[in-house]
Amino acid sequence: MTATIDAPDSRAAPKGVRRRREVIYRHTVLVRLTHWLNALVIVVMIGSGLNIFNAHPRLYWGLKGDEYDRPWLSIAATQGAAGTRGVTTIGSWRFDTTGLLGVAKDKGQEIVKAWPSSLTIPSYQDLADARHWHFLFAWVLAANGAVYLLWGLISRHLKRDIVPTVDDLKAIPRSVLDHVQLKHPVGEAAKRYNVLQRLAYLGVITLISLMVLTGLTMSPGFNAFAPWLLDLFGGRQSARSIHFLCASGLVAFVAVHLIEVVLAGPINEIASMITGRYAVPQDHAHDGVGQ
Amino acid sequence: MSLITRRHALIAGAAGSGLALTGCSKILPGDALTGQSGFQRVLAHAESWTLSSQRFLLSGGAMAREYRVSDISTKFKANGTLYPGGEDYEDAVNENFASWRLTVDGMVAKPLSLSVAQIRALPCRTQITRHDCVEGWSAIGQWTGVPVGLLLKAAGVLPQAKYAVFHCADNLEGEPEKGGMQAPGQYYESIALEDARHPQTILAHAMNGKPLDVGHGAPLRLRVERQLGYKQAKYVQRIQLTDRLSGLYGGKGGYWEDRGYEWYAGI
Repeated sequence: MTATIDAPDSRAAPKGVRRRREVIYRHTVLVRLTHWLNALVIVVMIGSGLNIFNAHPRLYWGLKGDEYDRPWLSIAATQGAAGTRGVTTIGSWRFDTTGLLGVAKDKGQEIVKAWPSSLTIPSYQDLADARHWHFLFAWVLAANGAVYLLWGLISRHLKRDIVPTVDDLKAIPRSVLDHVQLKHPVGEAAKRYNVLQRLAYLGVITLISLMVLTGLTMSPGFNAFAPWLLDLFGGRQSARSIHFLCASGLVAFVAVHLIEVVLAGPINEIASMITGRYAVPQDHAHDGVGQ
Repeated sequence: MSLITRRHALIAGAAGSGLALTGCSKILPGDALTGQSGFQRVLAHAESWTLSSQRFLLSGGAMAREYRVSDISTKFKANGTLYPGGEDYEDAVNENFASWRLTVDGMVAKPLSLSVAQIRALPCRTQITRHDCVEGWSAIGQWTGVPVGLLLKAAGVLPQAKYAVFHCADNLEGEPEKGGMQAPGQYYESIALEDARHPQTILAHAMNGKPLDVGHGAPLRLRVERQLGYKQAKYVQRIQLTDRLSGLYGGKGGYWEDRGYEWYAGI
């Protein structure tokens, strides 16, 4: 599915005239729709998830965990000589996170809460509302993900575009080097996802699947239907911890994803995810211009 | 964790934000009791989807997981009301609940009025289950009590009844450690008859092999496994069978439900 924009052939054209741009149809309608819906849903899920986290900002491993048990992660506020400080504890490490976690300024007021208002949905602390947001959008997330995966399997999109081939895996060192040097593929190589992209997309599919499963594992009703999930994740509190860690992984993915979009040419990349059409980057080292 | 001062709590409350670092200190927007916005109603749609899907998945009457004795929490967090207060309850504690009555009424053929001693003499079920607070924490405890289904059978539930409403002796108003921020109200809860008749739904009178203590709901508390902690009503005095929840208190079927939380708390 290759389309070519009408432009004079650069080899025959005089200097200053546009080069031929090869444009391919890269993203199907379904990929584009599910991508943008997913992007919106993830933002709401992370924001409302942080609001829910604030109701009990401690994470445990195992079947159970409450204020008498030792958390592996906690965000708290303490009173001392230096006033109210936000303290984040991970294992035996303690960090003073005043200003971001535990205690932060909100409209000039010092507010005691784990995640700051600027990151939560809704911004004010309300577990009931945050749960409504979270559970409504969870349905959208699951339905959207199911449509994508089902279509991805039937159309062989997952096999063709996402799952790395053996040759891809062999090229990992090369690809890592390219990424470190911020070298992006051009020409034919740019028409398919490189191995790190494939692994990243496969990773994000895995993370979201794990989030859905660990989310269901926190539901006491769903526990009765599928108690094996409790065993799979090592108990409800472990599931809650894994849910949080996967969310962190998802945030890390989004950060890297956005950086890559900017580095690879944000207009072309974003336009391709809207229109489906992607201008294949050319190898400028062999540009005919000026020769 | 408990070093947050009341002053900060009040500042937080006044700013329309809040803190909920420990305990069920849920802070509510001002209009929580006066009705929801249209947008909130859209958000709440998910509850009906959750309810229907879980009803479907649990139609076989699946049981909540039961744990081993070694899994029991050494200290089980008492939450919500820790001491109901009031002269009546104080008297009841002093006389070890000798004249406490549980009534079963409403849409029943034969209303019941039972003493705690009578309830303790009924067939009971013991189960070690996990208690999940809506806030996210969990504790495991052993509960012994009479199956609610047994009481309903004895009372003869009329066919038009749909819900069992649990009226409690506690009023969450003015608990000082909550900073007085919670909207006042009598605690109550309600469940569908389907859940009331589930074999693990019991009116517990003992916890971890001892008579229920005050913090955990003495003398009688509901255990409706497969749902969250706020459904586990404490200090139960009356079970009312009804076909609608709209006429009771805030009309949403429970203390926290009237304050924005889901009536179906299986998630």
